[in-house]
Amino acid sequence: MAEVTLTDITKRFGDFTAVDDVSMVIEDGKFTVLVGPSGCGKTTTLRMVAGLEDITEGAIQIGERVVNNIPPKDRDIAMVFQNYALYPHMDVFNNMAFGLKLRKTPKKEIQERVQEAAELLSIEDKLKSKPRELSGGQRQRVAVGRAIVRNPKVFLFDEPLSNLDAKLRVQMRTELEELHKKLQTTTIYVTHDQVEAMTLGDQIAVMKDGVIQQYAPPQTTYDHPTNQFVAGFIGSPGMNFLPADARKEGGQTVLSGDGFNIRLPESRSGVDIPSRVIVGVRPEDLDGPMQESTDALLMTVSVKEQLGHSLLVYGTIAGSQVVASLDPHRQVELDTEIYLSVNLNTVHVFDPESLTTLI
Amino acid sequence: MRLKRFLARIPLHTTILVFALMWLIPTLGLLLTSVRSPSNIASSGWWTVLPKLFSGGQYSLENYVGVIQQQGLGKSFLNSLFISVPATAISTFVASFAAFGFAWMKFTGRRVSFMLIVGAMIVPLQMTFIPILPIYNKLGMAGTFPGIWLAHTAYGLPMATYLIQNFMAGIPKDLFDSAAIDGASPLRTFWRIVMPISVPALASVFIFQFLWIWNDLLVALIYLGGRPSVAPLTLSISNLMTNMGEDWELLTAAAFVSMALPLIVFFSLQRYFVRGILAGSVKG
Repeated sequence: MAEVTLTDITKRFGDFTAVDDVSMVIEDGKFTVLVGPSGCGKTTTLRMVAGLEDITEGAIQIGERVVNNIPPKDRDIAMVFQNYALYPHMDVFNNMAFGLKLRKTPKKEIQERVQEAAELLSIEDKLKSKPRELSGGQRQRVAVGRAIVRNPKVFLFDEPLSNLDAKLRVQMRTELEELHKKLQTTTIYVTHDQVEAMTLGDQIAVMKDGVIQQYAPPQTTYDHPTNQFVAGFIGSPGMNFLPADARKEGGQTVLSGDGFNIRLPESRSGVDIPSRVIVGVRPEDLDGPMQESTDALLMTVSVKEQLGHSLLVYGTIAGSQVVASLDPHRQVELDTEIYLSVNLNTVHVFDPESLTTLI
Repeated sequence: MRLKRFLARIPLHTTILVFALMWLIPTLGLLLTSVRSPSNIASSGWWTVLPKLFSGGQYSLENYVGVIQQQGLGKSFLNSLFISVPATAISTFVASFAAFGFAWMKFTGRRVSFMLIVGAMIVPLQMTFIPILPIYNKLGMAGTFPGIWLAHTAYGLPMATYLIQNFMAGIPKDLFDSAAIDGASPLRTFWRIVMPISVPALASVFIFQFLWIWNDLLVALIYLGGRPSVAPLTLSISNLMTNMGEDWELLTAAAFVSMALPLIVFFSLQRYFVRGILAGSVKG
């Protein structure tokens, strides 16, 4: 159990800056997810915590100790890799026991700890199998087991579920959640899948171009994204963005474009904003089709996808590609124009220059 | 569909068959001649045996007893073993270390030194005799077994290092990261993880190297000299050719003695042989 502190961490590969001045505190016992598109520096950050990558600048602390120059084996961490990284010539027992043996743990204790971890992950009947005899899900359990037996201060996961098929991924996700509830070990988890990030994380750090865009609890990143990138990355399908003119009318902020006119309530109009902005609307905050009205958004429908629990309608509003998530029982015709209402309390407004959130 | 595939493969199969026959017919002739008596060999060709192949009485192992006991081929067989096994083991062993270093350890000049070593493959070994032999003589290593082990190791290293490096470079990087986190030093990673995984490549290199050394005449002749106490099979057989060129029964028996071990090695390890040649070329 330990807190992990990153202070002004930078990693450069030649001229390329993979991680740029990242600072964050990962609280003791918390499950923290680093999420972002590929190449955003999340895996590099994790590997620096693990000690598999040198730190160009800054300091990493695990507990009270600065670990910059401490080799991976002495950092008291355990890591689970994307492609499992099991030793192919060893059986499951030895895969899990390898680290303990190298640490000269007494035989009896190794036996007990491996057995205990195997039971926790329901692979106790596979201890004599070689990795190649196991399914993908079982292999990943062994990899997790190998991390558990070490009883480390920090768990590091590097996209552990991305090699599994969709159904198994959901199942393993729940198992990891339960496991964390039981063990309460500080965990850093890297993924590019925002659903995994939302479901698993106590805190999530959204990264882009080596910089943390927002570090907050999952719901906060969804409700109050700090900038347009986070707004578009978190949530599925992603947020719609519409360029708009902004003006004050009475006490209200009015956002308008070709085919829409959004009047924000006075409670949300207190902020000074430039005359050109980007309006962000989540697909699930759109509703319709409805009667024509001055507050409605006019959408040209091109594609629809019936998902059962919702109806996704793709098309354009004022020339911008948008998607709306509607009640699945609504009737929508292709290649027609429909009017949609918007939830005024959740509309976001971004600065087109800095891309930061204004409202 | 099946017929079409069969037809498409006829040229391939014919070629394989022709090559197999080209190799098998002389071998069969050699084997049959080696178990016939000198008078039979002189009076009729080995193929005359074919119609009555399995009728007894016409074969004997006398020729083998002759070459092994009187012509000293038994001693040469042991010499060959004593040259091939250590020389092969040493070169495979050393090459494994080098290959691991070139594949996974970061140091300056890694690429250049690897290219130099692999580039050494194109140096004809005959070119090295004249500069090296005086050094051997000065050090008293000419005519000794350790001397020839060293020579064969040196000649075998470039190819062996290259093949094993190729294989080791294909081991996923995550395994090394994982071992580092588990607490394994590079040396332990090498012994406990890399070597066991590399068994197919090691075995195939071992076979290649073993066959090459077993069949080598030139290196042995140069570095060991012709003394019977150290002469390998190849040398003794070539002497036998000179001394008893007319005695076919002895020559064929001797040839078969020298073929026996490579055949056993090849058939018992052939699955590694094929896998080793493909090592690195196919992603598993």
